[in-house]
Amino acid sequence: MSPTESRRGRVVLVTGGSRGIGLACARRFQSLGDTVAVTYRTAPPDGLAGEGPDDVDLFPVPCDVRVPEQVDAAFAAVEEAVGPVQVLVANAGVTKDALLLRMGEEAWHEVIDTDLSGVYRVVRRGLGAMVRAHRGRIVLVSSVVGFLGSPGQVNYGAAKAGLVGLARSLAREVGSRGITVNVVAPGVVDTDMIANLGEQRVEQLLAMVPLGRRATPAEVAGAVAFLASEDAAYITGAVLAVDGGLAMGL
Amino acid sequence: MSDATFDKFKACAVDVLQVPEDKVVPTARFGDDLDADSLDLVELVMALEEAFDVTVDEAELEGIETVGQAYELISAKL
Repeated sequence: MSPTESRRGRVVLVTGGSRGIGLACARRFQSLGDTVAVTYRTAPPDGLAGEGPDDVDLFPVPCDVRVPEQVDAAFAAVEEAVGPVQVLVANAGVTKDALLLRMGEEAWHEVIDTDLSGVYRVVRRGLGAMVRAHRGRIVLVSSVVGFLGSPGQVNYGAAKAGLVGLARSLAREVGSRGITVNVVAPGVVDTDMIANLGEQRVEQLLAMVPLGRRATPAEVAGAVAFLASEDAAYITGAVLAVDGGLAMGL
Repeated sequence: MSDATFDKFKACAVDVLQVPEDKVVPTARFGDDLDADSLDLVELVMALEEAFDVTVDEAELEGIETVGQAYELISAKL
């Protein structure tokens, strides 16, 4: 069967799709009838190791977004199996927190390399097919930290703020091709990343959230799916906060 | 100008720029005559790089405005 015969819906690629917000996005697109590939670095999504693209379930591909060859290989695997990526969700991200005075070069570069340069790499690799197709959806997962700041997260905040400039410049480059580029900025979401902040810091943040609770990963996925949908065809270069009001006015 | 090489060049331009074959002549200007924007040109360069197995630096594209100039740039690398 040719790639296009075997797939259903759109071809969606979610980086960092093995858990947290990425996995929730993947599941959401899947429920919309799309064919969804997820990249993972540490481990494939539970129960999905080794399953191929013919499965109606998620299609896992290994990829460390810090390595250009791995990004290329991941896209090539998806293209060969199900065709070019039509919706790209750049979600893969890491934190390596320390107060700036204690933040060495390594911690700075590791986070910038994954959270900002990694997005450059996946978007650059995926964009050509969208330009040729004269359509496409790119959604970058940022963070309210890029707007509000957060002590100990100079690296992460810089990377996440950088995504907005990336998205908006790219939106101007490819708007004429019907490709939209948008940013989702989650606040306090129930994920491993937030768990690592420690209960005390989370309580502190929640005290500033008008809605008074964390988001579920699915609530972020809903915003991502919207920006990737036909309903959002006239939205590009936008930043959509999904933060319970934490950073309202950003 | 080798016919076979120019035909291959022309095929790339026709495919990427979606223009009729007879408009792809050496004097044709990408912007005015072929209605190509900067993104079209990037796409064309990428297609030419692949078709001719050459690499083109951004700096080399400076001042390239016509089909003939672009053809010379590529064919000089073969």
